[in-house]
Amino acid sequence: MTVNPADRYFDLRQRNPGGAPAHPARHRLQGGFTLARARTLYDKLVDSHTVRRLDDEGRQLLLYVDRTVLNEYTSPQAFTGLREAGRLVWRPGAALGTVDHVNPTAARRTAAMPDDGAARQAAYFAENCRDFGIELFDVLHPMQGIEHVVMPEMGLVLPGMVIAAGDSHTTTYGAFGALGFGIGTSDIEHYLATQTLTYGRLKTMRVTVHGDLGPGVRAKDIVMALIRTIGASGATGYAIEFAGAGISALGVEGRMTICNMAVECGARGAIMAPDDKVFAYIAGRPRAPEGDLWDRAVAQWRMLASDPEAVFDREVTLQADMIEPMVTWGTSPDQAAPIGASVPDPANESDPERRRDMERALSYMDLRPGTPLSDIVIQRAFIGSCTNARIEDLRDAAAVVRGRHVAAGVQAMVVPGSSSVRRQAESEGLDRIFLEAGFEWRQSGCSMCLAMNDDMLSPGERCASSTNRNFEGRQGASGRTHLMSPAMVAAAAVDGRLTDARRYMGAL
Amino acid sequence: MQPFSIVTGVAAALPAANVDTDVIMPKQFLKGVDRSGLDRGVFHDQRFDNAGAVRPDFVLNRDPWCNAKFLVVGPNFGCGSSREHAVWGLGQLGIRVLIGTSFAGIFFDNCARNGVLGITLDEASTRRISELATDPATCQLTVDLPGQRVLLADGSVVSFEIEPGRKQALVLGLDAVGATLQDRAAITSFEHSYLVENPWLA
Repeated sequence: MTVNPADRYFDLRQRNPGGAPAHPARHRLQGGFTLARARTLYDKLVDSHTVRRLDDEGRQLLLYVDRTVLNEYTSPQAFTGLREAGRLVWRPGAALGTVDHVNPTAARRTAAMPDDGAARQAAYFAENCRDFGIELFDVLHPMQGIEHVVMPEMGLVLPGMVIAAGDSHTTTYGAFGALGFGIGTSDIEHYLATQTLTYGRLKTMRVTVHGDLGPGVRAKDIVMALIRTIGASGATGYAIEFAGAGISALGVEGRMTICNMAVECGARGAIMAPDDKVFAYIAGRPRAPEGDLWDRAVAQWRMLASDPEAVFDREVTLQADMIEPMVTWGTSPDQAAPIGASVPDPANESDPERRRDMERALSYMDLRPGTPLSDIVIQRAFIGSCTNARIEDLRDAAAVVRGRHVAAGVQAMVVPGSSSVRRQAESEGLDRIFLEAGFEWRQSGCSMCLAMNDDMLSPGERCASSTNRNFEGRQGASGRTHLMSPAMVAAAAVDGRLTDARRYMGAL
Repeated sequence: MQPFSIVTGVAAALPAANVDTDVIMPKQFLKGVDRSGLDRGVFHDQRFDNAGAVRPDFVLNRDPWCNAKFLVVGPNFGCGSSREHAVWGLGQLGIRVLIGTSFAGIFFDNCARNGVLGITLDEASTRRISELATDPATCQLTVDLPGQRVLLADGSVVSFEIEPGRKQALVLGLDAVGATLQDRAAITSFEHSYLVENPWLA
């Protein structure tokens, strides 16, 4: 393989701004290609994990994947494939299993599953993890939780990694400067057997968030505003890099919310350059590097950023101070509006197919054009999911409900993102606040985000939800979902209708 | 995986945008540990009413589209969850090809891994095929993967692009894992260097 000297200079210069000894980019050189140009963070992550190119242009790659997390519902057929072919797992220590999608979340935790199918999946999952040497957090494990909450809290997501997993919200890990993306079951099997994936390089989009969020406006509102702006397929074929003061100002958990939901506008990866907040978040977690290794890791992680001259295929900017608390009114995450707005009128939509989609959505949601969003009455309120059930989310929601009570006719529940989050919340007394306000305080799992367990809406029920998808039937057949931030869900539960949470935050 | 070369059959039009995998394969069909029985689940709530009766107005319940091998779909088809069950179900229902302007990334990859061909075309071509598909007299078409073209009932031919590796895997019905394991030495060598350079990952 030949190396372009100019590129090598460039590479070393970027990676060693202080003139320290060159760190050999050997694996990249083995990949046999680097272009003599400034690179985005996405390009750097892909290049550093390229085992070899599968075509002349470098569009298709054999990509090394650092780690995965497995769940009980998308993995069984992958393990069966390994068994049938007599294959082993390449690197069992680079996988973690956690039961999250099908388990119940009733307040008293048992090993019982809600139905025979779920029980079979949990049992086969345990058998697979045991037989292939993979660590498992089963439903009774003290660290059990939603996969994308558990991985970061264990310190298993580190900057510079590539993590692929059988769940679309694996994009969450971009908040750490890791490239995370969802894969199907066939690719889980491919990963387990080879530690690699055949990977198509994405286009790059930079979303720059200028300015500061107003009081009471949250990370969820940023990503919902983005999805509304560029559409549910606005980032299809792209990896997004989030940048700007509006992102830097956020805590790590808020950043996770944004990267998590970036998949709802089609992004197959959403990354943010890691900073001191990220390093502090990881430090001391159970599986984080320690001592000298930690220092070496952080020194390398500080280099993880797009080159100043890097060119993105598309640039999008958002003005944080213009963003208001958002809610969805339809059945696609881009069918959203600020809480102060009204249900839009399809008659004002010029594109006939979009008009038809809007009409169908309003019919499913049983909403009339022109209705103020704050007039929409709910029967259910759900705080949970890998998008918004971390400790900062629960603190935020608890601050809204403290000293208040859930409205008559509303069933409200909190499902912490992990067993660890649940314990932390209890140590802070948040469980008492929720219980006294009339919320159910439940055990961890994906729960009513996708209603694969026994938590679901009844037909026609309307739910204020801190989750990520308002698809038809997502939370239960014929159920109606309005997406919003946890604080907005808390406020809706108190009012019995969608409302501006800033009223309860002293921010209006 | 079933090899794919030239397929002729009926195309059905499903023009709605953002058809997600929850709609393609609802949650009650995700409780298996194998791939069986998913043909019943595909578009379940559109094909069947709450009592389980066939909804006669849904296109895939009507003759000749009940035998469709091709779906002409709206933009961003397959968005949402990574559940490969959606593609397994489509395959079990006899769907071999999806034609549309854009597909969600995970879904599109899942198709390729299961012998289902996703064809991305421009809006005008997609609309024309969709219109032909809505008429029983013109809904028959042929997809020639080796030739990368779609032959329509009105005699016209539409060419399509496909990434060469994806095409080869579909045409040959390759075992992707087996193919990658032929690179075992390269992976081992890469991994060794990578973990030496990033010892906190070892």
